[in-house]
Amino acid sequence: MIFAVVMDSPSTADQVANRSTAFWMMRGARAAISIPALILASAFVGFAGLARDAGLTLAQTVFMTGVVWALPAKVVLVGAVIANNSLPAAAFAVALSSVRLAPMVVAIVPEMRAKHTRKWVLYLLSHFVAVTSWVLAMEKFRHVPREYRTAFYGGLGGSLVLTNMVVVGVVFVLAGRLPPAVSAALFFLTPMYFLTSLWGSAREAAAKYAMLLGLAVGPVFHVLVPGFDLLASGLVAGLAAFAIHLVLMKRGKGA
Amino acid sequence: MTFQAYDSWWWPFIFILIGGWLATDAWRFLGVFLGGKLSEDSHMLVMVRCIATALVAAVIANLVVFPTGALASTPLLLRIGAGVAGFASYILAGKRVIVGILAAEAVLVGGMFALQ
Repeated sequence: MIFAVVMDSPSTADQVANRSTAFWMMRGARAAISIPALILASAFVGFAGLARDAGLTLAQTVFMTGVVWALPAKVVLVGAVIANNSLPAAAFAVALSSVRLAPMVVAIVPEMRAKHTRKWVLYLLSHFVAVTSWVLAMEKFRHVPREYRTAFYGGLGGSLVLTNMVVVGVVFVLAGRLPPAVSAALFFLTPMYFLTSLWGSAREAAAKYAMLLGLAVGPVFHVLVPGFDLLASGLVAGLAAFAIHLVLMKRGKGA
Repeated sequence: MTFQAYDSWWWPFIFILIGGWLATDAWRFLGVFLGGKLSEDSHMLVMVRCIATALVAAVIANLVVFPTGALASTPLLLRIGAGVAGFASYILAGKRVIVGILAAEAVLVGGMFALQ
């Protein structure tokens, strides 16, 4: 790809295609410079502090940022580490917190699949799917030719992941030296970012009931059933919200 | 099989790979596999989204009510107040995330200095 940019020889169709791929990948990387990405980076600042406090090492924290990527999943995983949960319980809680990734990927794949897109490319790119890159991509895709949307998303998602791995690494090293008021403010970024973006991404009223109920029962279950609190909150508040949704829908149809 | 269960350097990485990478990318890969087969507004998916949303909400609430580190030394009521103020500003500002975050931080930091 670098070659395709540098070379200016009489181009075959292949070279033109390669050059455009690099061009759109750069465009994607540039699209990552945005307000949502800035907010995300600040939430990662908070996450680095959280991981440091939980006793993770620098390498473990940066590794986790790269391989998990979705921030709620990482916060749940670090929460499980703090609570001394066993691996199966931790994996289950993380998996439950990440179910939403499947429908998000289901929604984005038809948008970026072109005629000749290979399956493995889609599987690879799906790793970048998390709230911020998803929102940015869905917003910008209509300005990107279909056959270059995978390149565009690769540039966008890849640069977001790499940037935040660096952010996490730098903050991890610096966090111990910050004054308490600054660290407290940084730790507060993560819950506030989640609180607002979760509400904003809710597709239906049911998800908003689920959010409000989850906020209310989370701390209660934390005291009542430590270790299973996230799971219990998700099931109880989520199913209650779904029940409300069903009742309201039935009433709506009956009226 | 907790995070600190074994002394070897590689165990935490296995823990992160299975508990973190596998538990998230499995859903992403399933999403690619299903492609356009799943209907976005099927009942099943609404229920799944409800559970997922409630779970993340519980994580948020626990971060505010039972924080670690420097936040733990701030009063609970101040943290809840900052969260509520931030969320209210977010709604009033037409769902602008940045407004919500800045308002919450202003209340939190202002409160910390006022209480000193």
